[in-house]
Amino acid sequence: MTVMEQRGAYRPTPPPAWQPRTDPAPLLPDAEPYRVLGTGAAEKVDPELLRLLYAELVRGRRYNTQATALTKQGRLAVYPSSTGQEACEIAAALALEERDWLFPSYRDTLAVVARGLDPASALTLLRGDWHTGYDPREHRIAPLSTPLATQLPHAVGLAHAARLKGDGVVALAMVGDGGTSEGDFHEALNFAAVWQAPVVFLVQNNGFAISVPLAKQTAAPSLAHKAVGYGMPGRLVDGNDAAAMHEVLSEAVARAREGGGPTLVEAVTYRMEAHTNADDATRYRQDTDVDAWRDHDPILLMERELTERGLLDDDMKRQVGDDAEAMAADLREHMNQEPVLDPMDLFTHVYAEQTSQLREQAAQLRAELEVASEEAEEEAR
Amino acid sequence: MTTVAAKPATKPANKPATMAQALGRALRDSMAEDPSVHVLGEDVGALGGVFRVTDGLAAEFGEDRCTDTPLAEAGILGTAVGMAMYGLRPVVEMQFDAFAYPAFEQLISHVARMRNRTRGAMPLPITVRVPYGGGIGGVEHHSDSSEAYYIATPGLHVVTPATVSDAYGLLRASIASDDPVVFLEPKRLYWSKADWNPEAPQTVEPIGRAVVRRPGRSATLITYGPSVPVCLEAAEAARAEGWDLEVVDLRSLVPFDDETVAASVRRTGRAVVVHESGGFGGPGGEIAARVTERCFHHLEAPVLRVAGFDIPYPPPMLEKHHLPGVDRILDAVARLQWEADS
Ligand SMILES: Cc1ncc(C[n+]2csc(CCOP(=O)(O)OP(=O)(O)O)c2C)c(N)n1
Repeated sequence: MTVMEQRGAYRPTPPPAWQPRTDPAPLLPDAEPYRVLGTGAAEKVDPELLRLLYAELVRGRRYNTQATALTKQGRLAVYPSSTGQEACEIAAALALEERDWLFPSYRDTLAVVARGLDPASALTLLRGDWHTGYDPREHRIAPLSTPLATQLPHAVGLAHAARLKGDGVVALAMVGDGGTSEGDFHEALNFAAVWQAPVVFLVQNNGFAISVPLAKQTAAPSLAHKAVGYGMPGRLVDGNDAAAMHEVLSEAVARAREGGGPTLVEAVTYRMEAHTNADDATRYRQDTDVDAWRDHDPILLMERELTERGLLDDDMKRQVGDDAEAMAADLREHMNQEPVLDPMDLFTHVYAEQTSQLREQAAQLRAELEVASEEAEEEAR
Repeated sequence: MTTVAAKPATKPANKPATMAQALGRALRDSMAEDPSVHVLGEDVGALGGVFRVTDGLAAEFGEDRCTDTPLAEAGILGTAVGMAMYGLRPVVEMQFDAFAYPAFEQLISHVARMRNRTRGAMPLPITVRVPYGGGIGGVEHHSDSSEAYYIATPGLHVVTPATVSDAYGLLRASIASDDPVVFLEPKRLYWSKADWNPEAPQTVEPIGRAVVRRPGRSATLITYGPSVPVCLEAAEAARAEGWDLEVVDLRSLVPFDDETVAASVRRTGRAVVVHESGGFGGPGGEIAARVTERCFHHLEAPVLRVAGFDIPYPPPMLEKHHLPGVDRILDAVARLQWEADS
């Protein structure tokens, strides 16, 4: 008797019933970017919040123009301006509580300032006198990350650790549209969803990665759609609408805090300036494209809303403008001071304890510095 | 004066233990002592790691402390960075040497330099355990000696044990370190056994001390990790021919113990550096240069290197021709212009 005969007639066993792990429908983003300003939804927003957002937008714009000017004067090594994207930056900072953490990328100086870091310290990296000008733990702001998307897994790990400790802390991590193509973006989102980590990912889709337009970056219907594949909700929002940004991010932060897991938010916005001062944007885009966005400027949108509803008078406008000017003047003054650098610092923070190799190299540099200062003294005589 | 007869000290029993067991014990003791120590990696939970080093940790400490992660090395190390930023001490397991490469970006761009870029405000106490090296008949991507990449990156400590006792001590010290440590585990020594007492394990002095494994007068073999037992065997074989070789086990490549190494070479006047990884751009070149700079007037011969060939790691059936063995070491020793009567 064959084995087959022993068993009886061969009947394929059906596989165990297949079930989708998650219902994809609630995770899908809206078809259109979510808007608040200029719609009925705006009436539900606290007028004080709208005024605050307006003031921060104006301040943020002034910061961007000032920092760009400082680059032209050679005071900053580089400045990637977020002009046009201020609503994303401000909302990212204001959606967080003090105990939460912000994980910015190199373009997000403004978010860091809006979170409360002193405007001059926020420029340390871009000025070039050191890499990070603040204690991340003190401000709960990770160092500005230059390698794209690499800060996203950090945000997940930190949020995960905080959740294990039961601290109710949320991490908000920022990345550009180009950065979503990096492997770290994928790994971070996947870890976050599997661990249900309290993280919010904010993609600022400003149209370009240096010169490469979004169409060459992804074939996805939207970047927010990517969320579904990880099992987290994706939200598509008008990145120039500060009220919409604030609402969507605040909701995502609240959801994360309550144990609802991560959210991917795509903010549709536009980079009004070149990538940095070193970039020539005329090589890859038309001025007419930029002009089309001018009418959708985040400050303009907010100003219209406030004015139409009688929430903004000339006095307040002047006050907001003056405050922004004062901040810019302060920043200028700070950045025009020569930084005081100690070359011996080069060896101080490589390891907790210097290796004998570094001690030798430090001694070499110290000797070189002594010779140089003696020579300078002699020359002065 | 009345003397109380001391209770006869029950000498704790030594038992044969493998290096893998000692490593596991080091993880366990570290986790028991410090609740901020977390282990994460691929298959580290129920399976206990493919080499069983993390065996029993998930059962004892729960899945939040010993976590099976998604299969993503950059993600594992990247999330460990965030965990360390929040005050935990992650110990990350990379499954095999060549599978740590996806995590290099995180290691080099963030782990190694977070202390430096934050001017000391944010040290990252992360231990990255990497099984490395050949000699186990592994197929492609399972036998790389990747230490040259790690030692070329400032901000990382790079250590590698060669004995069961050091495996325990060095791993404890690595986990306790406030700096990131790449902890290289010589795969082919995982099952090497030694008498060892898990109830009274030896901790190790601070990371960065080499040790003379075998004293000798005629030449120094400078080595580490999987090549230590090979060098000890070579030294035994050389004895028959009247050669008295000293064997220095570096234990730590970064920091490098110039003192112990130079003292040994000054005594013996001759040195051979032995390691598995390729010679070109490998640690041996750096070590030979350091020795030459420090001991030039004591040297009777150039510092030689016995290393793996400069080839991608060969298939298992050919690896015996690639790995530095006793004969190749003895050949090098002979090339040190050996005088039989010295
Ligand atoms: C890993 C990595 N690759 C390349 C670069 C160089 N680079 C800097 S910015 C940039 C474009 C980023 O575009 P996007 O993510 O859309 O952000 P945006 O500049 O628009 O804010 C590139 C390619 C980098 N910083 N990191």
